[in-house]
Amino acid sequence: MKLHEYQAKQVFADAGIPTPESQLASDVDGVLTAAQEIGYPVAVKAQVQVGGRGKAGGIELVDTDEEAREAAESIIGMDLKGYHVDQVLVEGAVDFVDELYVGITMDRGEGKPVAMVSTKGGVNIEEVAEEDPDAIAREHIDPSFGMHPYQARKAVYDAGVDPAVARDVSSVLTTLYQLWDDRDGADAEINPLMVTADDEVIAADAVMNIDEDALFRQPELAEMEAEAAGSGDDLEQKADEYNFDYVRLEGNTGIIGNGAGLVMTTLDLVDHYGGEPANFLDVGGGAKAERIANALDMVFSDDNVDSVVFNIFGGITRGDEVARGINEALEQFDEIPKPVVVRLAGTNWEEGMEILNEDLVTVEQTLEDAVQRAVEYAEEVNDQ
Amino acid sequence: MSVLVDDDTRVVVQGITGGEGKFHAEQMMEYGTNIVAGAVPGKGGQEAAGVPVYDTVHEAVEEENADTSVIFVPPAFAGDAVFEALDTDLDLAVAITEGIPTQDMARVNKRLSETDTRLIGPNCPGLITPGEAKLGILPGNIFAEGNVGLVSRSGTLTYQVVDNLTNRGIGQTTAIGIGGDPIIGTDFVDALELFENDDETEAIVMCGEIGGEDEEEAAAFIDDYVDTPVAGFIAGRTAPPGKRMGHAGAIVSGSGTGTAESKISALNDAGVPVGDTPEEVADHIEEFLG
Repeated sequence: MKLHEYQAKQVFADAGIPTPESQLASDVDGVLTAAQEIGYPVAVKAQVQVGGRGKAGGIELVDTDEEAREAAESIIGMDLKGYHVDQVLVEGAVDFVDELYVGITMDRGEGKPVAMVSTKGGVNIEEVAEEDPDAIAREHIDPSFGMHPYQARKAVYDAGVDPAVARDVSSVLTTLYQLWDDRDGADAEINPLMVTADDEVIAADAVMNIDEDALFRQPELAEMEAEAAGSGDDLEQKADEYNFDYVRLEGNTGIIGNGAGLVMTTLDLVDHYGGEPANFLDVGGGAKAERIANALDMVFSDDNVDSVVFNIFGGITRGDEVARGINEALEQFDEIPKPVVVRLAGTNWEEGMEILNEDLVTVEQTLEDAVQRAVEYAEEVNDQ
Repeated sequence: MSVLVDDDTRVVVQGITGGEGKFHAEQMMEYGTNIVAGAVPGKGGQEAAGVPVYDTVHEAVEEENADTSVIFVPPAFAGDAVFEALDTDLDLAVAITEGIPTQDMARVNKRLSETDTRLIGPNCPGLITPGEAKLGILPGNIFAEGNVGLVSRSGTLTYQVVDNLTNRGIGQTTAIGIGGDPIIGTDFVDALELFENDDETEAIVMCGEIGGEDEEEAAAFIDDYVDTPVAGFIAGRTAPPGKRMGHAGAIVSGSGTGTAESKISALNDAGVPVGDTPEEVADHIEEFLG
């Protein structure tokens, strides 16, 4: 779960990390009022959860009311990499002499958190990591002790941060780790952490991604997520409502299955047999009929979808429940909106085959055959 | 022969009074697993699935000589349940639970380095030695006794590949689902080592997926230490970067690490053929077995 920049900044500011003065706005008047109160120059920043907002035209630095109006008009309502911009953050521009990077993430290879500091802030840190890995100082942290104060200092010194601000940067890093730890962070980042001419440090951007599996014990953040909802892709929102693991892709063969690995494999096979996957949809383990029907509704809602492959290998999921769900979803239509290919295997698959209304779907015995059939159907629709 | 589990294994089920725990305890027993006890705080003295329930794992070990735990505890409490298993010096703990917070697993991971207990999972289907015993939720009827060891990050993909093998009359020594989380106990390298040292295992299937670098590490290990022939499969070739594909661990990072290409080429470089489809994996195994 990703917090919006304005939310992450609030969390950081509450913890004592210096951030620029800012206000959230959702229309032109709001932007103007905010800009006048804060005082020019200000940055007008689209609040959507995608990287590279600046390059995509989602961030403008403005000096006057006129420029602020223009920026607000162009950014609010724009489509930024598939996301609709509803809100902007109006923020006092920082006069900086240096841009640093500080971040905390989980190093899965080591199974430990790692603190990172670099003097190459303000650019994509993943590119820095690839091109100049030594430019990032890393300090692994024992999660049962937390970050020792010396580790924060060491990371800052190792990165070559100007001694005049080293103490303040260490302090920001320490606070950031505390936040990451207390709030079940997946990633917590400040990029750039700006250094001003008077040696002050200030967080000009803020990234806080939360471990979704820990939201049950982070009620305040779960609330922020609910507040941030409404800005994502419509289908992905619908998937959230149904509580599916769903990812929308570009193709036209819809895919439903159980278990992440098997669903990914089904996507790969669609590609292997010359089709293009429209989505990843995992119904999870033990899905009952209603959930199966919801999955079909979900995939039918995607206009790009021309055919659907339904691949279930039951362990704790039962074939009879799956068949009931498919019938339930399809029997409500006078005409099936898109051809559905079903492959059932594993627990209770024979019972499932007896229940399944084969007038409504095409049945295949193997995964490979089912995928090929669905790809053929999608091509036929496309040819028409 | 087999690895990790056989019909002598004495199992305590943590969370045996919950719906999942009870159902799968019964399923495991039906398959032949020697379940000796349950452990659920506050439920000591009761009986579930026909075995006595104790308040603590410690008691289950004292009273029933359990040496292995299977954990069906809800995610909020599962990290603690794994600690309990590790601190009781069991031989093996299998965590089925999906959705344990990653920071909890980082703490478990630290503790693992200090104990002799092996952890499988979390977020895994468990493991099975066909004809003897299973620990977890795998559907026993698709497996057959034989000579192929199988290790996989995904549950249902395991079933798919096993089905392809069993349909050709190729059985398995042991199949291990290591789980789809970013931080897990037993990894590919550990499982490969077990199979390499098992006399009965004549070929190995390794099913990986996008995310992390475990498959690359496994490829290096195979190159250096594994003589048993290995066939691979990697799920997620078509996954876009930055999107989590169901499993918490299945994500290609923005910087391009964890891609299917990187894993497939590492495996190929180690002499491991990687099937484009589960059928092709079975083809390779059939060739290995001659």
